[in-house]
Amino acid sequence: MARLSVVEGTNDSASERLAARLVADEDRGLLRFLTCGSVDDGKSTLIGRLLYDSQLVFEDQLKNVERESKRPNSTRGTEIDLSLLVDGLQAEREQGITIDVAYRYFSTPRRKFIVADTPGHVQYTRNMATGASNCDFGVLLIDARQGVLTQTRRHACILSLLGIKKVALAVNKMDLIDFDQERFDEISEDFVTFAVPLGFDSITPIPVSALKGDNVTMPSAHMHWYHGPTLLGHLETVDVGRKSVEGPFRFPVQWVNRPHLDFRGVSGTVACGRIKPGEEVVIHPSGKRVHVARIVTADGDLDEAQDGDAITLTFAEEVDASRGEIVTTPEAAPSVADQLAAKIIWFDEEEMLPGRSYTIRCGTQTATATVSALKYKLNVDNLDHVAGKTLEMNEVGLCNLSMTKPLMFDPYGDNPETGSFILIDRFTNATVAAGMIEFGLRRATNVKWQELFVDKGARAGLKGQKPCVLWFTGLSGSGKSTIANTLEKRLHALGRHTYMLDGDNVRHGLNKDLGFTDADRVENIRRVAEAARLFVDAGLIVMVSFISPFRSERRMAREMVGEGEFIEIFVDTPLDVCEARDPKGLYRKARAGLIQNFTGIDSSYEEPENPELDLRTSESTPELLAERVLEELRRRNVV
Amino acid sequence: MDRPAKRVRNGTYEYEFMKQVLSSYLRQLEAESIYIMREVAAEFRNPVMLYSIGKDSAVLLHLAMKAFYPGKPPFPLLHVDTTWKFREMIAFRDAEAKRLGIDLMVHINEDGVRNGISPITHGSALHTDIMKTEALKQAFAKYGFDAAFGGARRDEEKSRAKERVFSFRNASHNWDPKRQRPELWHLANTKVNPGESMRVFPLSNWTELDVWTYIYLEDIPVVPLYFAKERPVIERDGTLIMVDDHRLPLEEGEQAEMRKVRFRTLGCYPLTGAIESEATTLPEIIEELIASRHSERQGRVIDHDQVGSMEKKKQEGYF
Repeated sequence: MARLSVVEGTNDSASERLAARLVADEDRGLLRFLTCGSVDDGKSTLIGRLLYDSQLVFEDQLKNVERESKRPNSTRGTEIDLSLLVDGLQAEREQGITIDVAYRYFSTPRRKFIVADTPGHVQYTRNMATGASNCDFGVLLIDARQGVLTQTRRHACILSLLGIKKVALAVNKMDLIDFDQERFDEISEDFVTFAVPLGFDSITPIPVSALKGDNVTMPSAHMHWYHGPTLLGHLETVDVGRKSVEGPFRFPVQWVNRPHLDFRGVSGTVACGRIKPGEEVVIHPSGKRVHVARIVTADGDLDEAQDGDAITLTFAEEVDASRGEIVTTPEAAPSVADQLAAKIIWFDEEEMLPGRSYTIRCGTQTATATVSALKYKLNVDNLDHVAGKTLEMNEVGLCNLSMTKPLMFDPYGDNPETGSFILIDRFTNATVAAGMIEFGLRRATNVKWQELFVDKGARAGLKGQKPCVLWFTGLSGSGKSTIANTLEKRLHALGRHTYMLDGDNVRHGLNKDLGFTDADRVENIRRVAEAARLFVDAGLIVMVSFISPFRSERRMAREMVGEGEFIEIFVDTPLDVCEARDPKGLYRKARAGLIQNFTGIDSSYEEPENPELDLRTSESTPELLAERVLEELRRRNVV
Repeated sequence: MDRPAKRVRNGTYEYEFMKQVLSSYLRQLEAESIYIMREVAAEFRNPVMLYSIGKDSAVLLHLAMKAFYPGKPPFPLLHVDTTWKFREMIAFRDAEAKRLGIDLMVHINEDGVRNGISPITHGSALHTDIMKTEALKQAFAKYGFDAAFGGARRDEEKSRAKERVFSFRNASHNWDPKRQRPELWHLANTKVNPGESMRVFPLSNWTELDVWTYIYLEDIPVVPLYFAKERPVIERDGTLIMVDDHRLPLEEGEQAEMRKVRFRTLGCYPLTGAIESEATTLPEIIEELIASRHSERQGRVIDHDQVGSMEKKKQEGYF
């Protein structure tokens, strides 16, 4: 532990003053809050006022602001335009950069503050959600002249969605309505009535003028009828005491600490509750019961650790624990499920596609997840349920997800740390969504896997072949079916048991309910991949001849079957050649606008990056190309 | 945890047997930084800690020693040496690495040295580009790093305020402010493809005052240049430049004079302005900082050499 170097008798006055300040500082906590409100509600001026009044503005910054305030288009005349202090956002607007969350820092003797300054338009819902996810408190601005607007309601809904329990309603620009108490009461009443179903624990309305400084950091001289705290006063004292110190102990294992043979510990940050040496704990998912031996930190062992502490645990018993596992007390195990219902906020420009698989990160766990169904979309202006098939950027919906392995979690409402996740695109690595878990779906554990005695190997052995999927992908008219048909004849002649799944044929039966939107295309491929898997399980050589334009779905199909059982064959024919061939006259119709979402014309085709075979049809004949596939199958001992 | 005994007698405070008094918010900042470091150690194949010798690097290194205790940090330190650092910085760097028993790598852009690149003859922009940005890219290519810690804080500069804790760089090391990954809760998207990398800033939420207070409370060694002392300086365009060695050519009529100065931020000596100060101890530095009305990066020439300077540099791959 560090020691103050100040001892009795020192007459170093700076040291003494610092020591006094640090002692006073000891209990000074941190409040993370976000400000929201529409662009004209005076948000920048309010933050500028907080920074200015708490003397966190440097002279060179102030000089810049003074200079800019004097520009002809400034609205404030000779006064300093405090909103210019918060100029990061302005700069962003000028540069056309997506309006982002900006973090600002200030402190008072009572608290240190991190402000997430978030944008307000509906097209930035995701940015506001990002800001809110890291905050404990929300300041919602209202223009007193405008009252509660759609944007006000939307922001309240997003705050509620992200689990923020306490908000201040800063009714701004009171100076422009003559500090009218009746109007203030009316607005407060309006908002509180609207917000009842949002489940806030407290709403504190405060009448302010950010421009003049009334009730921001100093009590107003113009509103003697108001007896509540100033905004800063409220921020300094509001108790956002997270219940998580009292909640069930959660310790997600982050990193295994094994510097030498004599030390074996697991490092991580306590996500909820508290723990002491000697207590019995369970490591999930293995369920091993052990006792905490030590709580190790560089400052010495602790007698107790609690929510938020970054520690290393050692156990009395020999046990292996690794990243992604969770340590809890025996009486409070986390939920475990491989299917979940969760609220998802979509971030990516490309819409969410049910059926596509993404990487999911939940705490320190990583898995592959698929959105199996979108139950409904949420209208963020009022939290009404709306029917929908996909989520677009900034949309929020309740979805079912299924994972490749069970996840351990708590419902988001119980603990955001263990109940939140992000989804990552498996090709671009972009973070495409954020999610809040509602509850686990028990379906997977209820449906017991039927134990089968005659397995894939036995069935294939009967035929003396190795089952596999030959996945032909390429543009319409590229020659997929022609080559596949030729190949099937050859295999049949060789006495091999095959089956052909053809795009057009399957769309007449199994998939006749599906159209050609991106979402339907994904589902189309998912069903075909499942069918192919069953045929492989039956011991057959399956030929799939589908345009299958997206890499993600081809990868999903690949992962459904065993290692080496998936052979991706790219029927590589340039678009102009396909279009010139146009065997079914489809390109002509698409060009004429008679067919929508046609691959290559107004819907994209993502070429395979590493196909097992790349067949260039313009350089060869279908017979020769089928022979090349056959050679590959021989090389792989399939035939 | 023991609390310090505090008494007030005759209007002065007395302290006996002072135990640690990290305020609850500093403890929280510390825990969050440690969490970030462990996340990198667990998720990346070949991380490195960029060590620039300054106060922020000192805190970063101290936190790394804590995060992996009782082990050593599972990654090396890398100093990208422009060859124009203050001599005291280099001496301090080597002493620290030795004291802590950690692996320190130094990379110098030898092409730049061969071509005689210097901040004096080539200007700050070109010098920084070649000896820092280019050098860093060379080191990444040479060692195959996929993540690098840096000590940047969001309160330093406008474009830093927008940057993520986990800041993605493409294969050319470019930062694209328009395509940053959102950071929700404590969930970091650590995925990178081969050739791509991540810059990670565990001190993002710290302020300059937090850094100094922490250095004081944790007793972290810093380069003596931060403390006021009589040093030979010349005044150029209102900036006090220290004459650290013979390479700084003096203009006609210019003569180094001894002034009591210190540095608020440390970089290449011809590009770093000193401030006149009487602060010779940490408490005095902190007091001066609280009273100060100038932002920290004012003393950095490279921030001001073009409009939107830092953002542009970062897009090109500057740390």
